[in-house]
Amino acid sequence: MVEELLVTARYNAKVDPSLAIWSWEIPVYLFLGGLTAGIMCFAAYAVLAHKAADMPFTHDRFALWAPVVLSVGMTALFLDLEHKLYIFRFYTSFEPASPMSWGAWILVLVYPLMVLQTFSTLRRGYPALAGWIERLPFGPEVLNLSEKFRRPVAALVIPMAVSLGIYTGVLLSAFSARPFWNTGLLGPLFLVSGLSTAAALALIGVRLDREKHFFTRTDITLIGIELTLIALLIINLSTGAAQQLEAVNLILGGEYTVPFWLWFVLPGLLVPVVLETFELRGIRSSSLATSLLVLYGGFMLRYLTVELGQISTWTDYAIQFDPQLLLRLTH
Amino acid sequence: MQRREFLKFSALLGAAGALPGLLGGCSAPPLPGSGEVSTRRTVCNICFWQCAATLYTENGKPWKVVGNPEDPHCNGRLCTRGTGGIASYSDPDRLKQPLIRVTRNGKQTFRPASWEEAFDTIAGKMQALAEQHGNDRIALFSHGDGGKHFQRLLQAYGSHAYARPSFAQCRGPRETAFGLTFGEGVGSPDRTDMANSRCIVLIGSHIGENLHNSQVQTLMQALDQGATLITVDPRFSVPASKSRHWLPIKPGTDIALLLAWMNILINEQLYDREYVDQYCHGFEELARHVQPYTPEWAYLETGLEPALIRETARAMARSAPATLIHPGRHVTWYGDDTQRCRAIAILNALLGSWGQPGGFYQQEKVDLPPYPAPKPPEPKHDWMAAVQGDYPLVTTGISNALIDHSVGPEAFFKGWFIYATNLTTTIPGIRRQLKQAVESLELIVVVDTMPAEITGYADVVLPECTYLERYDDLRNKAERTPTLALRSPAFPPRHNSKPAWWISRELAGRLDLGNYFPWQDYRDVLDWQLQQVGSSLEEMERIGVKAFPRKTPLYFESGKPVKFNTPSNRIELYSQHLARTGYDPLPKYTPPERPPEGYFHLNYGRAAAHTFGRTINNPLLFELMPENTIWVHPASAAKLGVGNGEYVRLKNPEGTHSHRIRVRVTQRIRPDSVFMVHGFGHTDPRQRLAHGAGADDAGLMHNVKIDPVMGGTGMRASFVTLVREEA
Amino acid sequence: MINYAMVIDTTACIGCGDCVVACKNENHVPAGLNRDWVVEETRGEYPHLYTEFRSERCNHCGHATCVTNCPTGASHYWKDTNIVLVASEKCTGCKACIAACPYDARLIMHPQGYIDKCTFCHHRLEQGLDPACVSTCPTGCMYFGIMNDPDSHVSRLLRSRIHKTLLPETGNIPNVYYLV
Repeated sequence: MVEELLVTARYNAKVDPSLAIWSWEIPVYLFLGGLTAGIMCFAAYAVLAHKAADMPFTHDRFALWAPVVLSVGMTALFLDLEHKLYIFRFYTSFEPASPMSWGAWILVLVYPLMVLQTFSTLRRGYPALAGWIERLPFGPEVLNLSEKFRRPVAALVIPMAVSLGIYTGVLLSAFSARPFWNTGLLGPLFLVSGLSTAAALALIGVRLDREKHFFTRTDITLIGIELTLIALLIINLSTGAAQQLEAVNLILGGEYTVPFWLWFVLPGLLVPVVLETFELRGIRSSSLATSLLVLYGGFMLRYLTVELGQISTWTDYAIQFDPQLLLRLTH
Repeated sequence: MQRREFLKFSALLGAAGALPGLLGGCSAPPLPGSGEVSTRRTVCNICFWQCAATLYTENGKPWKVVGNPEDPHCNGRLCTRGTGGIASYSDPDRLKQPLIRVTRNGKQTFRPASWEEAFDTIAGKMQALAEQHGNDRIALFSHGDGGKHFQRLLQAYGSHAYARPSFAQCRGPRETAFGLTFGEGVGSPDRTDMANSRCIVLIGSHIGENLHNSQVQTLMQALDQGATLITVDPRFSVPASKSRHWLPIKPGTDIALLLAWMNILINEQLYDREYVDQYCHGFEELARHVQPYTPEWAYLETGLEPALIRETARAMARSAPATLIHPGRHVTWYGDDTQRCRAIAILNALLGSWGQPGGFYQQEKVDLPPYPAPKPPEPKHDWMAAVQGDYPLVTTGISNALIDHSVGPEAFFKGWFIYATNLTTTIPGIRRQLKQAVESLELIVVVDTMPAEITGYADVVLPECTYLERYDDLRNKAERTPTLALRSPAFPPRHNSKPAWWISRELAGRLDLGNYFPWQDYRDVLDWQLQQVGSSLEEMERIGVKAFPRKTPLYFESGKPVKFNTPSNRIELYSQHLARTGYDPLPKYTPPERPPEGYFHLNYGRAAAHTFGRTINNPLLFELMPENTIWVHPASAAKLGVGNGEYVRLKNPEGTHSHRIRVRVTQRIRPDSVFMVHGFGHTDPRQRLAHGAGADDAGLMHNVKIDPVMGGTGMRASFVTLVREEA
Repeated sequence: MINYAMVIDTTACIGCGDCVVACKNENHVPAGLNRDWVVEETRGEYPHLYTEFRSERCNHCGHATCVTNCPTGASHYWKDTNIVLVASEKCTGCKACIAACPYDARLIMHPQGYIDKCTFCHHRLEQGLDPACVSTCPTGCMYFGIMNDPDSHVSRLLRSRIHKTLLPETGNIPNVYYLV
């Protein structure tokens, strides 16, 4: 028998009774960050593989979505901060041991690269927008330069975007104090998920059948890899130490079993991969629905992972009082 | 970076990047103590231990209160409640001004009043009362040293009836029992020499949960030095968890164990023969008396294995005379409490610890002359004979007896002064009498710092300022090292509150009794007294605590005879006073009542975070412990179908329900008992933190046992069950 | 580097919470927040029980994951010691440090939003005083000192008494020791 409890009341906001520091803002940012990485990768691939004819949407128009999506994500990130006025502090130092610091500076490099990538095909994909830019001072020079360096930019984008995608996972996996996250599989998992969601997003925008086909095929492979990585993650935790076992039990019989399998894996991974397979076999189905399910799955992966990591813990003391009573002190 | 990217980049940062001054980085909050710090000497008043302390303010605001290192009450370390005491100054629920009861639109309510009005009301009623019934018909109930001011006032007026609930509701049995045995009580601070003990036995005492500061410190010192600790308690208390032997005794059977121990010590020749020969009276009668009480007999009553009873008796004897069977503090349990405390006293005498190192030392206080003032007139009648005649051996007020004699138009008492004691939760089983007394009493004055429930019964409520805002009498207790400690104010009285010395003097003035209070400023009183012993107010305000050399020996000196204040002038193992007054001269055992089916022994106690009910509303201490829980053994919880963290109501056999209370399922309690911390379940909504938090135990006590010798209220004979809350 | 350590004798700890209240006073910790707390652990089967009381706080770890994970350097080691402090003017409130701490020792300051925790009362150390919790403990069961001084009280206690730390398997190298 072990009875372990707090003798003195402690109820620090967002820390007690279990960690609740990150709710929706961080999952939104991680999801959109992964999506951005995927968009940039596919757009760069289309350029490097000379797919201007076969994949016109990807080649000419997809890249613009990246800065838009990322900016929404960055807004969510800003909203999460408790000490918002000091956000500039991310950029007054670089802490090599902190994945978050890496991420802050990666974003510094990603943004200009992203813009260059967009500009490099702007005249082809969005002529009206390009026309507006050309009317600005230095506008034509910037667009010309971007087009000239289209291929080198695309070459730089791939490692940058892959770093961005992996970093969203490493950000969480670096926390040794959170047993559910502390696995090396999280980085690749989030990257693959990011690519998959980007493919799904592309499916909404493409018109050409062969381009559609490309993304459908690619997404099936990516979801396949994603399911494999999730399986490996579960195996990793299930064969780990006590805290890891406790963490994985949350989704293998614990209170998150139903949300994980029924609200994430089934609708977000299994159903879309089946629908996409049907699509390849010629059985028509709503590709909009499939895409939305994949995007939903990508978000749910981040949302559940962020929740589960916060709940999994090394330290768990029972409380002996009603936390509502402590509210009397501050109200 | 190109210009356009820079704009986009700074847009992301929002307005922050544009705000001037921020880019340089703002300074961090100032470190504690870096402002203007000043200190004042005070004496903590959160409990009766009265530790000398230093109050720190920073930039004029209260910062912290810390123990005075020169004070043996605390050795520089205040307890949890003392440290939290600073919050009593800023508690927003404090009483702020005098209140007078009025009837508005048929409803009774309190209206704020000026001090003049309040004094005129009280004085008027007191004079009318004196004319109609006599001037000795007012009773004073008090807790804490400030009561002395009102005692002086009422004695000058003619009323000498005075009761401290800490006698009949707390330490009365041990003071009476030790007085009958050794000729002196245990005193306060308790005269236990634990720092030198080699074996300490706690009978139900939970030192460490009751934070009597130097009691806890000396106990831990003893343990650190390898002393054996034996705890007898139905609960695995904090000291039980540090004991070599925990005896989970069946509730109410302590006297059986104590008698068995006497049996072993006497029959196995383990008692201190020399000590008994030299100092004791009545050994033969005692030896004969305890023959039937073998460990095997005791096992049947207590549930404790005979081998364990023998082993613990022998452990006590091995360390004697540095063996202390602690007299406890709150010992009003089953109604035979004086006899149980007698048994403890007898055991200590058998082991030879009274007057010996590691046992009980001799107390001494500073010879401090009282300020010259007229002596109040002698009382006209013997109020004790009129009110407490049933308890001839008691020489101090029995609060519940005074209350009994306040009920009805023919009652002896016609008026009450209540100082700093919340009678409603302090005295069990008197709620009905209280309500009846309130009907017939003509005057009830309550003086307090907080709106405790008792203030709801008052005609006039007078707000006293907290100890942080006033001077009080010098602390001068009979103890190991005679010391004086000064309480001086760190702040002026907040709102319209006043110190007790002022209130009593002003009221005396209204009654033409001002000549009994010949001081304008209490600082003059203190300075005069200090000058008589070679100090001064100025010195005490600097140092806070001053020690004086002892004039009497700390322990008995071997070979030297000692005269005890008893009929035989010896330690009375056999008590002649008791025999003469028709009580049992040697302790007898009465088996306790068993709880009805489905009910449990209701056990209660203290927690380190609080002093009874008076600190629940203190913001710092409320935050530490906002509610109490009911401890239930897992087997009992399973039978009741209650789980950890659920809320239940406690119900006694008469059908009285408590407020809802949180369940703690734990193995640290006997399956036939439950335990809760006393002091919660406040009903007065003016205490906004404490109101409705936790449950009150006193209201459940249906089976209050009155001790026939000292008249106190035994509170541990009640039973409760747990009623699940309907969803 | 000066390695400060706190040593707490659980056999003498009575779980009274004085340390918690003293810290609140000394450091002006706002209502509803706590830098330290007391834990009670009971083991065994009735009536053979064992109860341990522990006063817990930030462990000022030798390998503090809260310091490594902080993206702005707000969470840092004070001077050349193992005392971990938060420079509030560098803190963005991203809460990575809270996620990184296996002991749940950090809190979000209210209403300002920067991160806060036990500081080993470094402002008192500079005056030659012990941390407030150590100074107030009524049983004197808390000790504080420099571990790399072999003659310090804490060093001698750790040499002579059986002790443990909390969650050493995290690899954080905690510096609060519990004598058992």
